[in-house]
Amino acid sequence: MIAYLTRRVVLAAITIWAITAVTFIILKLPPVDFVDAYVAQASSTGSSISAAEADALRAAYGLNESYLVQYTKWLSLVASGDFGRSFEYGRPVTEVIGDRLWLTVLLSLGAIVVTWTMALPIGIYSAVRQYSWGDYIFTFVGFIGLAVPSFLLALIVMYFGLRLFNMSVGGLFSSDFALAPWSWAKLWDLMKHLPVPMLILALPGIAQLVRIMRANLLDELRRPYVMTARARGLAERKVIMKYPVRAAMNPFASTIGYLLPYTVSGSIIISIVLSLPTVGPLLLRSLIAQDMLLASTIILMLGIMTVIGTLLSDLLLMWIDPRIRLGQLK
Amino acid sequence: MSDVTAESRVAIASQRQLIWWRFRKHKLALVSATIVLLFYLVAAFADTIAYSAPFDTEAARSYIPPQPIHWFDAEGHFRPHVFALKGKRDPRTFKLAYAPDPSEPRDLVLFGHGYGYKLFGLFPTDRHLLGVSNGRPQDALFLLGTDQLGRDVFSRLVLATQTSLTIGLVGVTLSLLLGILLGGISGLYGGWLDLGIQRLIEILRSIPTIPLWMGLAAAVPNTWSSQKVYFAITIIISLIGWTELARVVRGRFLALREEDFITAAELCGASRMRIIFKHMVPSFLSHIIAAVSLALPAMIISETTLSFLGLGLRPPAISWGVLLQDAQNLQTLGLAPWLLVVALPVIVVILAFNFLGDGLRDAADPYG
Repeated sequence: MIAYLTRRVVLAAITIWAITAVTFIILKLPPVDFVDAYVAQASSTGSSISAAEADALRAAYGLNESYLVQYTKWLSLVASGDFGRSFEYGRPVTEVIGDRLWLTVLLSLGAIVVTWTMALPIGIYSAVRQYSWGDYIFTFVGFIGLAVPSFLLALIVMYFGLRLFNMSVGGLFSSDFALAPWSWAKLWDLMKHLPVPMLILALPGIAQLVRIMRANLLDELRRPYVMTARARGLAERKVIMKYPVRAAMNPFASTIGYLLPYTVSGSIIISIVLSLPTVGPLLLRSLIAQDMLLASTIILMLGIMTVIGTLLSDLLLMWIDPRIRLGQLK
Repeated sequence: MSDVTAESRVAIASQRQLIWWRFRKHKLALVSATIVLLFYLVAAFADTIAYSAPFDTEAARSYIPPQPIHWFDAEGHFRPHVFALKGKRDPRTFKLAYAPDPSEPRDLVLFGHGYGYKLFGLFPTDRHLLGVSNGRPQDALFLLGTDQLGRDVFSRLVLATQTSLTIGLVGVTLSLLLGILLGGISGLYGGWLDLGIQRLIEILRSIPTIPLWMGLAAAVPNTWSSQKVYFAITIIISLIGWTELARVVRGRFLALREEDFITAAELCGASRMRIIFKHMVPSFLSHIIAAVSLALPAMIISETTLSFLGLGLRPPAISWGVLLQDAQNLQTLGLAPWLLVVALPVIVVILAFNFLGDGLRDAADPYG
């Protein structure tokens, strides 16, 4: 168990390091470096930046030195919580991102909860009532979930929401609350707006998990021990829920590690289409404006949070699955 | 009696035949294979199937709704025709409104004349599958309507199919090369190389890919030509898509290494290369093909998504994502809902590839 734990933590640490390296590469990719971009941006808006200030920035990021020095300087700045300023917004990056990061987390985690709570019963139903009408309907919906790219799904839902119900599904807040400080009323407003984006975000995951769950459970249900349980007169509910479902859930639980990065990725895209106030639209805008300090901070934070989330889910898996706890499974 | 002959047929059938027999049973996969084939035919003959030049803009033809083909004329004879559109200015608002003019029917002809192009980039011609008998097709034929700039949606959709389907193929080929190379090394040599590559794959799979892609794709300079952007995007997409393929290849190598026939070949003194290419590759080729057909839709989705966000292919390049970009905002969709028709081929192709992949995966192991 200790070995498993160490392995996971070390891997997470390496992954975070890899993410910082890739983020740094993305930061340096544009042909114009970000201090020059800052100066150009400032002069175009009228407020000029003194040469001394620009030089100070260059020195802080070590822009005249080798890439290795630049990387370590940038990394130590980021590690101390200084993410720099967004040139487009003229404010510190952390201020620009603000609540958006937490809304992204809320949306992604919510979608994962929805994925789980819906995929499990649907998977069980589809396997137990194989080839029933319900099974066919869920299979069909599942294939749609697999085949329709999430942005397209968001677009179509938005179109029909407007066409059929004359209702706008975009955004996470009503216009009254968008700029208001946090309050219970605002939280309630958020709760009312969350379900539709969460469902859209969860659908591909649900489709995938239902397929896995159905296939696994079908395999389990054909095992002799199920027949034995029936022969001994166990209630049908117990026959199914007690062993086959638990056995079938296993690979199900291990896929959560890939579900999180997948969902975070998806949340970026549907946030852009539905203009949700998460980091998605901000990332797109900053990339197009080449506001690289802002963009790289978002990429870095999303990456690190995904890794931490995955690590937590691994620990959860260890707690659920006795074979890992007892060190029998690598 | 017939059972015996069937059994002996199975006994002497080649692996290829066994796979085909197994695949044939999977009706949905068979239908999907046909659909995929049709789509690639459309891609190959895109310029012939399109009838209006894809960049031919005309402000006056902006947002014309799809026009149906009339199959029979007034006397009830079979005579497929469309009506030429006549612009009429509204006397009060001075707005130009287009309406089909029944007094000016245009007959549809097969292989009529249209804009000039080179078939397969080689043979110059101006024949198109559909044309109209008198006048230019772009003035009368609007099977799927037009976009804001008055460009014909059907023709652009057909050309977009070409781009989107080939970018998937190129991307999958690149990831396959990476996947076979790294997965093969990993499965063949084992040890710390295997460990390193496995960890690399794990790391790549635990990073959210979309923000990364967006970051990389945004760095493609604006000044690059369409072709250069196309290749840059393919490389970005394939850089992340290879992990699944590498996993499949590695798994196959590991499983096969233990097989008796490999040991037998080794004992006979066959060289390593001979064992790999003569004995191992043929026996897992079908698995690779199945994995590829499941990886292709993911590639197509990636390209479409990136282009849709404005970070992938950019106009004047035409791809499904670029076309869907036009359908991005609600005002446009309210005005011209037919622009959303592009979603249909995307969904159909991805579904078809998924079913085909499933069928191939089942058939890949005909002894199972």
